[in-house]
Amino acid sequence: MRIDCPICGLRDRREFYYQGAASMLARPAPGTGVDVWDDYLHLRDNPAGALEELWHHDAGCGSWLVVTRDTRTHEISKVALAADTKQAMGALS
Amino acid sequence: MRFSGLRVLREGLTGNKGWTPHWRDPEPKAEYDAIIIGGGGHGLSTAYYLAKKHGLTNIAVLEKGYLGGGNVGRNTTIVRANYGMEGNSQFYSHSLKLWEGLEQDLNYNAMMSQRGVLMLCHSDGQRDAFARRGNMMAAQGDDAELLSAQSVRQMLPYLDFENTRFPIYGGLLHRRGGTARHDAVAWGYARGADQRGVDLIQQCEVTGIDIENGVVKGVQTTRGAIRAKKVGVVVAGRSSQVAAMAGMRLPIESHVLQAFVTEGLKPVIDHVISFGMGHFYISQSDKGGLVFGGDLDFYSSYAARGNMPMMEHVMEAGMTLMPMIGKAKVLRSWGGIMDMTPDGSPIIDKTETKGLFINCGWCYGGFKAVPGSGDAFAHLMATGEHHTAAAAYRLDRFRIGAGLMDEEATGSQHNLH
Repeated sequence: MRIDCPICGLRDRREFYYQGAASMLARPAPGTGVDVWDDYLHLRDNPAGALEELWHHDAGCGSWLVVTRDTRTHEISKVALAADTKQAMGALS
Repeated sequence: MRFSGLRVLREGLTGNKGWTPHWRDPEPKAEYDAIIIGGGGHGLSTAYYLAKKHGLTNIAVLEKGYLGGGNVGRNTTIVRANYGMEGNSQFYSHSLKLWEGLEQDLNYNAMMSQRGVLMLCHSDGQRDAFARRGNMMAAQGDDAELLSAQSVRQMLPYLDFENTRFPIYGGLLHRRGGTARHDAVAWGYARGADQRGVDLIQQCEVTGIDIENGVVKGVQTTRGAIRAKKVGVVVAGRSSQVAAMAGMRLPIESHVLQAFVTEGLKPVIDHVISFGMGHFYISQSDKGGLVFGGDLDFYSSYAARGNMPMMEHVMEAGMTLMPMIGKAKVLRSWGGIMDMTPDGSPIIDKTETKGLFINCGWCYGGFKAVPGSGDAFAHLMATGEHHTAAAAYRLDRFRIGAGLMDEEATGSQHNLH
């Protein structure tokens, strides 16, 4: 598996660290209650198919990436900088 | 049909023509008292104990593929109870006791082999942790022996003791642990359940769960709707998708774990050995193949196959521990899809839907749990009460902050396991 880092280009999977579903970027506000935080920290959609996930290019440029990957085939359809995704989320809210 | 030495002898002398199928192939009925979704080790053992211990025989096991075609057929066959951790330790102790009587109970040769499980330690701290673990195991009535480096050297002279990075300081030996024939465990439970009237229905995929006013009414399948008062979901690897049919989100990510087997060799490894620093474990099958595995792939996956980087990592760990295996040829590798929970421990619980039960989150350790899991889940489904051995396996434990750290002790975050 190779990931096309927007800064470094196509790199081996071993250069990256996996963090989990990119839903982690949507951090709830403090004080939103136990259920919201339980949902954010523990519960997952866990689809067999396309999933947006966070990968850290720790042996490369150090960027956090949002990688859209099919969990059945490991086919990667999109890679974006997490900073851009987070900024877009902020612009929406 | 019962198995006996005399029967095996007679069949051997008469061309083995008298053996009959081990279970029926029934059509699904319109309604059952209980349905188990998932015909793997845990589902089949649940059905068996529901019928045997609780007299619930109007039940069906629904399997989308074939019986035992999932993770019970894709593991490294290790059986052990060497946790020493509150909540998990009691459960695996209970499960090992069931393993010890399993073949007599099922009248089925599961090739249960208590050859001993040896966990190696490679630092003073790890040795202290093993001493503590061994004490807890002994205190609850299980067996544990702390071995010095010298004892391990006498027992397993072929290990690389002088390794500069991970020298071997000793080990924790659990003699009652060992291996069992994985397929035979599924077949034995299937046969036992079938003999007690359980319908084992293969090629029957559940496509929906019928719920009315918060009460489960039955399931939709590729072979029509089936009504039931109780439904148990035991579909490791696919738990999230089946739970989603009931509107639930689970604290689970699905990951792949690889295992490997070499060509058949002469007997060389007598035990199950685990390498504490590399998360590598190895045993030798009765057929002669070295069976070994290591870490999971560390990213969500439903591809029932592994990846090369982890394969390389496992081979490196094996070569570090026992350089002698370097010339063995790897015949094949396989991957199983596992439910990874945030704390690495399983879930056996009721759900918010009345009559709907869930048994999931076995992470990388589901095989040794097969008897205990079935027993505890059957107890819960039949009586509505949690089995004492599995009382800690609650669905809400993350929300209330009562997570059970597993033996990897890597923290309450999904991707750390």
